Amino acid sequence: MSNLSAEGGHGAVPLAGVPTGVDVPAPEPEWPLYEVFVRGKRGLNHVHVGSLHAADDRMALLHARDVYTRRNEGVSIWVVRADAITASSPDEKDPMFAPSGDKVYRHPTFYDIPDNVPHI
Amino acid sequence: MTLTETPLDAGTQADLESHFEATIARNDRIEPRDWMPDGYRRTLVRQIAQHAHSEIIGMQPEGNWISRAPSLRRKAILLAKVQDEAGHGLYLYSAAETLGVSRLELTEMLISGRQKYSSIFNYPTLSYADVGSIGWLVDGAAICNQVPLCRTSFGPYGRAMIRVCKEESFHQRQGYELLTTMMRGTDEQRAMVQESVDRFWWPALMMFGPPDADSPNTAQSMAWGIKRNTNDELRQKFVDMSVPQAEALGVTLPDPDLAWNDERAHYDFGQPDWDEFMQGVKGNGPCNAQRLAHRRRAHEDGAWVRAAATAFATKEATA
Repeated sequence: MSNLSAEGGHGAVPLAGVPTGVDVPAPEPEWPLYEVFVRGKRGLNHVHVGSLHAADDRMALLHARDVYTRRNEGVSIWVVRADAITASSPDEKDPMFAPSGDKVYRHPTFYDIPDNVPHI
Repeated sequence: MTLTETPLDAGTQADLESHFEATIARNDRIEPRDWMPDGYRRTLVRQIAQHAHSEIIGMQPEGNWISRAPSLRRKAILLAKVQDEAGHGLYLYSAAETLGVSRLELTEMLISGRQKYSSIFNYPTLSYADVGSIGWLVDGAAICNQVPLCRTSFGPYGRAMIRVCKEESFHQRQGYELLTTMMRGTDEQRAMVQESVDRFWWPALMMFGPPDADSPNTAQSMAWGIKRNTNDELRQKFVDMSVPQAEALGVTLPDPDLAWNDERAHYDFGQPDWDEFMQGVKGNGPCNAQRLAHRRRAHEDGAWVRAAATAFATKEATA
């Protein structure tokens, strides 16, 4: 019983001696991965909600509706193939973001305004 | 606001590790493309994959009753619930895939029995009251496990759990409401509810895993922020929540040791049969073979659909 824990959320599962399959190639060609973005209601941005596999764009859209909007979570869906996304390096301290790090004068709080000046 | 931040010294393993540890210590989330220790990655893949498998296999015990639901109302509810379980499986498979494992490989590991799923789904559903007991007790226990996982250290897992938990509340309430409806019915229906609760109470307690003393992995998982509470803490919480619910329902929980302990301000309770639990994990539970065979058949019977959709997509793309 030594290597069992309730880590599986829906109940205890063994963690030791279980293969992970990390870096093992898929046993057959996989459908492409799509990232899903949903607009929750009019006036809001589309927000990333998750991903799914689909054979083509139309199937991705239908699957996105079934998986991510079963309870009126959205009024509009975008799907985009994950391999079409260009991303920055994940680390927030990456030099990518350094140019904005030292420009405190871009923030309103950088400026001292006398207390008796209203509405600014 | 500081004018400059020291950039990360890239390169050495030690730097990467300390950066990872610092992120965990700040209670910040790890994201898929961050560097992470191999053990952290593998622990997460195993955990998330087996959680996903549990959701997918978990469709079977209740799916068993869809065609025999007692009313259109109950049938619509049960269909929605089973569809949710499929959705939960998909959220979780997506989270596992961000760690570098393929969906098809995960499916293969499930149907070949190399990866496991929660033993709770190896128990049969013998009456419609079981649909209620599963919602109330099994999903109730799942909620106890899953709510803390919303704060787990791996971002995609936590986000999947937030979506799951929102929907899980419907699952538990529909189950409890089903049971209260039956309890207002005939003597036969009340007996059916009690019999069902008798069968599911102990397996529900087993869902939290063995006592802490027998769970050496818990410490590492908690240090990594993957797990937030121990098995025994969660089990106690579940028992404390369930006793008043059972009283309101009018059923007896089948544990002679169950009693309020004033000193601890918690209920005392007995231990489930851990040998029975281990048999289920080893594949010798009442329905293990049936559950896996069904999942394998569904996957194999779907092969032509996957091939046809791929062929159609290829044709459209080149047309």
